[in-house]
Amino acid sequence: MGFGPFLLLALMEGLVTAAVLSLAAVGLSLVFGVMRVVNVAHGEFFMLGAVIAWFVAGLVPGPAWMAFLAALVLAPLVVGALAAAVDGLVLKRLNYDPEATIVATIGVMYMVQQAALSFYGPDARPVAAPFDWRFQLPWFGYSGYKLFVVAAAVAVLLAVWLGMTRTRAGLVMRATQVDRDVARAFGIDVERVYMGTFALGAGLAAMGAVLYVPISQAHYLMGHDPLLLSFIVVIIGGLGSLRGTLVAALVIGLSDGVISMFFSPTLAKILATLLVAMVLVFRPQGLFGAKA
Amino acid sequence: MLELRGLTAGYGPVTVLRGVDFAARAGEVTCVMGRNGAGKTTLMKAIMGIVPVSAGTVMLDGQAIQDLPAHLVPGKGLAWVPQGRRLFGPLTVAENLDVGGLIRGNRAKVRDHVLALFPRLRERLNQPAATLSGGEQQMLAIARALCLEPKVLLLDEPTEGLQPSMIALIREAVLRLKAEGVAVVLVEQRVEAVLRMADRVAFMAHGSVEEVAEAAALHPGARQFADFVGV
Ligand SMILES: Nc1ncnc2c1ncn2[C@@H]1O[C@H](COP(=O)(O)OP(=O)(O)O)[C@@H](O)[C@H]1O
Ligand SMILES: [Mg+2]
Repeated sequence: MGFGPFLLLALMEGLVTAAVLSLAAVGLSLVFGVMRVVNVAHGEFFMLGAVIAWFVAGLVPGPAWMAFLAALVLAPLVVGALAAAVDGLVLKRLNYDPEATIVATIGVMYMVQQAALSFYGPDARPVAAPFDWRFQLPWFGYSGYKLFVVAAAVAVLLAVWLGMTRTRAGLVMRATQVDRDVARAFGIDVERVYMGTFALGAGLAAMGAVLYVPISQAHYLMGHDPLLLSFIVVIIGGLGSLRGTLVAALVIGLSDGVISMFFSPTLAKILATLLVAMVLVFRPQGLFGAKA
Repeated sequence: MLELRGLTAGYGPVTVLRGVDFAARAGEVTCVMGRNGAGKTTLMKAIMGIVPVSAGTVMLDGQAIQDLPAHLVPGKGLAWVPQGRRLFGPLTVAENLDVGGLIRGNRAKVRDHVLALFPRLRERLNQPAATLSGGEQQMLAIARALCLEPKVLLLDEPTEGLQPSMIALIREAVLRLKAEGVAVVLVEQRVEAVLRMADRVAFMAHGSVEEVAEAAALHPGARQFADFVGV
């Protein structure tokens, strides 16, 4: 394979990473933006999405695509409901204090992980893709499912964007993000907004995981990487900026694909970390964040 | 209309308001004066339910509202124009007005009515609020509150830092609201503005209302201004 096709392949792989990552990172970014909560348990919501996809695959008879569709709907709902419970039982009682909630979500992370270990076990298990159509380019064949992942992520992100900019719920979330006391003074039930935002953020991570698990495997520790990468993306993009998060996910995903393929995955992580360091030093508010 | 009795409130362990008695009537402008730190802003926040009330009552048309969660207070007919405006900066002018009217039906009609009061905002509907000039931002802050169609409007230093022409516009708006029967509570530090707008003046010091005077009985050299504002 020549350099051109090789680069194309690397970019396509990077695009898939970017797609999954952007779903997880947008969830993290929304939660931080609206609630000022740094959710360290975000990666575990991702992991739960994958694990639920595995359980659903075992429960739903018939073709793989039916189980996949069921998981795509169920996992975000179940994980969203769990997140709503975490919000009501933990975050709300801490009054959403930015520091206390970091510690608390570390606790939640650990609990969810251990629960997954107990009920799901320590093994990595595959989940079948909903279809295994491959398409042939002149230089190599490529998984049609991976392209589907990209398309699905784009569709979901578009829906999130439309929801945030064009709907009443989005307006309420954006107003709450800017000034929660003034939002209250206009009749916005801030606690309900927070619960919904936390559930939405977790649901997006779970959805990303359902898309991701057929090209990987479900494992109870699989939340680490998405958490770390989501933080990297959110820091580079600017905390609370949806647009910045998307751009940064694309940059990190594509560069990860290309550098991993041409050099090594380790170098890709090193460079991403370096980029974070540069942003923190030279533009601490992130590429698209508002100045603090 | 609005009546406070023995209102005590503060931030966590810090008590700021110590037994405030205060009243505002429909179709009147009640000004609140007092030095920095006297508790004027805290008073407005306590009425809106944003600062927790530990004792005393806030009565609106005979109904006690001091224990309502903050987001249910505006539905009772209270609106607040915070000190420093506190607009939703990244949101457009139109979106700020939408948030203002969120809990009201009939939004389009109310918005038209409000924009008639501040025609300059109509040209800027799709602009982020943060890009408006200071005076325009203040108009928007008032317009946003008016989208609630309040019975009682709390205005916290709305003319702070504005040019005279803007101040005149805002004064006209306040007088218009008064004529429409709104109970206006206005925190204002400039004696001459107070004398032109107020029906009554409440003077605050150390977290309580120490004295209430009819505006007609006050003049620029009145003792109260020297005592409570230091001019
Ligand atoms: N968020 C807060 N936390 C603690 N104390 C506050 C807070 N805001 C105001 N205060 C205190 O409450 C007192 C009254 O402040 P404020 O109501 O803003 O006065 P004014 O509006 O009359 O200038 C001041 O002593 C101030 O330091
Ligand atoms: Mg003040």
